[in-house]
Amino acid sequence: MIRTTTMALTLAGLLSTGAAAQKTAGPTDPQIAHIAYTAGQIDIAASKQALAKSKNPKVRAFAQEMVRDHGAVNKQALALVGKLKVTPEANPTSAALTKQSEQKLRELGRLKGAAFDRAYVQNEVAYHKVVNGALSSTLIPSSDNRELKDLLQTGLRLFQEHQLHAEHLAQGLQGRSKRK
Amino acid sequence: MALLTLSATLGTLSLFYPTPAEAAPKVHTIVMNKMVFGPAPAGMRAGDVILWVNKDLFRHTATARDKSFDVDLAAGKSARTVVRKAGLISYFCRYHPGMKGQLAVAK
Repeated sequence: MIRTTTMALTLAGLLSTGAAAQKTAGPTDPQIAHIAYTAGQIDIAASKQALAKSKNPKVRAFAQEMVRDHGAVNKQALALVGKLKVTPEANPTSAALTKQSEQKLRELGRLKGAAFDRAYVQNEVAYHKVVNGALSSTLIPSSDNRELKDLLQTGLRLFQEHQLHAEHLAQGLQGRSKRK
Repeated sequence: MALLTLSATLGTLSLFYPTPAEAAPKVHTIVMNKMVFGPAPAGMRAGDVILWVNKDLFRHTATARDKSFDVDLAAGKSARTVVRKAGLISYFCRYHPGMKGQLAVAK
């Protein structure tokens, strides 16, 4: 729970600092594209770790879905920035997300079995909550290009489903370990 | 006299030409796109066919809660299922639980 708050505060803080440094509120389209793409790549990496470590079929199915869905959004994002001739711009928010994700991969890397499964799924719930919050409060409202905004909105709907799926999965994993 | 013949003739027509209730099964298309199922088709009857078309970027399923169908479609794919029973059939996507729909199937 502490980690979730840290992640959320870091993201919120970084996004608003970026805003204060510019004339217009919020990150620019090239920065938004970079953040959104990075967020997707992070979830793909986390889920590849799960596929390497987990033997639970429901956890594996969820991880496969993450790799597929985030892959599809990012593929679309790449096509869009190519078409718009926008170069995604590295920024402190993407850097912080990446750094935190590497830390989380190391932490989860030390776990195995049911302990890994629970930790992975709990992190997926937390991570999707944070990303969805950033999408709806900052990235989508700040985006200028219509097609980018559209793709971010599709992403948000998708990631809200991921969060729901992860929450169901988390409940299932909890039940099994406590009662049986 | 002519009128009697006409109505007799017309009366026998239904023996040779099926009424709408006995017509061939209809194909109803339901599109998955932008994380939602398209609107439920009207006038569905038991024995009709549903053509599921995934126009979305993402792989989806159409899974009946009563287990009467379960199609898994990668982006761009389509598949058909036959609706065998009348009634209300709720369905959802196994990957994206908020994606839901309901079929109303007449006999």
